[in-house]
Amino acid sequence: MLAYATRRIMATVPVMLVVAFFVFSLLYLAPGDPAAIIAGDQATPADVERIRASLGLDRPFLLRFGEWLWQVLHGDLGTSIFTNLPVSHMIAQRIEPTLSLMVLTIVVAVVVAIPLGVVAAWKQGSWIDSGVMMLAVFGFSTPVFVVGYLLAYLFALQLDWLPVQGFHSLSDGLLPFLRNLTLPTIALGLIFIALLARITRATMLDVLSQDYVRTARAKGVDQRSVLFVHALKNAAVPIVTVIGNGVALLIGGAVVTESVFAIPGLGRLTVDAILRRDYPVIQGVVLLFSFSYVLVNLAVDLMYTLFDPRIRY
Amino acid sequence: MSSATTTRTDYATAPALSDVLPPAKQRGWAMTFVRRHPTIVVGGSLLLVMILIAILAPYLGTVDPTALAPAKRTREPSAQFWFGSDMLGRDVYSRVIFGARISLIVGFAVATVASVMGTFVGLISGFSRALDSIIMRVMDGLMSIPPILLAIALMALTRASVQNVIIAISIADFPRVSRLIRGVVLTLREQPYVEAAIASGTRVPMIIIKHILPNTLAPLMVNATFICASAMITEATLSFIGAGTPPIIPSWGNIMAEGRALWQVKPYIVFFPAIFLCITVLSVNLLGDGLRDALDPRMAKRL
Repeated sequence: MLAYATRRIMATVPVMLVVAFFVFSLLYLAPGDPAAIIAGDQATPADVERIRASLGLDRPFLLRFGEWLWQVLHGDLGTSIFTNLPVSHMIAQRIEPTLSLMVLTIVVAVVVAIPLGVVAAWKQGSWIDSGVMMLAVFGFSTPVFVVGYLLAYLFALQLDWLPVQGFHSLSDGLLPFLRNLTLPTIALGLIFIALLARITRATMLDVLSQDYVRTARAKGVDQRSVLFVHALKNAAVPIVTVIGNGVALLIGGAVVTESVFAIPGLGRLTVDAILRRDYPVIQGVVLLFSFSYVLVNLAVDLMYTLFDPRIRY
Repeated sequence: MSSATTTRTDYATAPALSDVLPPAKQRGWAMTFVRRHPTIVVGGSLLLVMILIAILAPYLGTVDPTALAPAKRTREPSAQFWFGSDMLGRDVYSRVIFGARISLIVGFAVATVASVMGTFVGLISGFSRALDSIIMRVMDGLMSIPPILLAIALMALTRASVQNVIIAISIADFPRVSRLIRGVVLTLREQPYVEAAIASGTRVPMIIIKHILPNTLAPLMVNATFICASAMITEATLSFIGAGTPPIIPSWGNIMAEGRALWQVKPYIVFFPAIFLCITVLSVNLLGDGLRDALDPRMAKRL
């Protein structure tokens, strides 16, 4: 197990290096010469050259990549072109809303989608099964922001049950926090629920046709424990894998959801940075999101033994 | 003779066969196909309607989708403006109809480009053990950047144009195709007929053309439909956040982006393009589901 964990952790290093290399190239290739911008309009070509040398911009690409990576490893993501604040500082300010939204979405999706998928597999061909499959197809066909606007129109503008936009920190109290996050969570959660319900149903169909399920039924285990204890436990590994992979969808969705509901999170920061062409910020956010995604999937891989003790490494 | 007569009366009293059994032959090929693959038929027809709308856009009662009429801003849907007008007085109906072109072009182009790129890389990876581990590490790296973020980052580097949107989304999508193709190649390489071809000295390009590519076609096609669907959503998303199709071109994402500022008072500007986008993506997804069930019967009724 320990050997496997070490090997698995080591395997993420080259992946993260590729991500870091790509993200660094992004800034390197970005249009606009920082030296010329800093030098200003009155500068002579010699001035620009001098500033370029003082910033170290004239040195080889790989050397600069190494130095940048060293800084990143020390938590220094550079400085925003637009606000002149450190990027790590800007990200830290924006992380709470995004993290709240994503964690809440995963929790809600797991609570809703897994029972749906289990029942759909149990009653294959019933109306609830067709309903789940329909939900899955529609979930994949509707962009997150469309769901968001639809929900906001119905539940905020027409029925006036929930706030249209905005965010309250958890420190303002649980109720305002949840009231503001309800609609964004449903909007972002729909595609995740679709994904999760679909994979749960498919895996459960496989598991339910196994011999041990028949044995459990034959010896009189009641339906609920057959489904949720015997079968679901054995379906857990693919489901957890999809939860991990689905985080990529959530990250993409969060960027848009935050725009629709005016949530001041990392997604909003990304969109603002794009509109301002603030490359260090784009770089920092892409790097953070990608590393989180890699780490989530690493955690999922390492958790397999918890769900299925038969897996030995 | 007498027995023959009784038999004949028996026949006469028995109902004609055609009344008891459905006319199996007469139902014909087309009906059988519809019954067996309803999602292909529904998805395909919906998609065909959208393609026709996109091609025939100028003849569907539309006006110039970029024509400004500041005096007629934000009109509610009416006989003159079927879907209303936006804040610059442009006809939302015409913009939505012309917007079908961008969505479909981006969807089909990304599906093609990503499939070709992915097949190419997947074949190299599957056939060259030396390059395989390097290529797959790079693909793993690209795949660990969430696709929309990768597309956003690429769009931030270039000028907004439909072509760049297609390239950015293709780069974000092709690593998954290369994974798929590599997997197919690795399985096929172990097949006796491929080993026989290698043993008998067939050159690698010939093996790829004759033995490998035909077997990648089915999974590739199914995958391409799903890429097409997600690319249309990604294009709309990119345009919606201002990193996609240039604002001057009417695309569904752009129309929604422009309707954003006013959506609490004039929700129709957002909802009409949204409905078209959803129907189009839905049709492609249905087509993909149907194709998958038809081409891979083991997966049918499962996923």
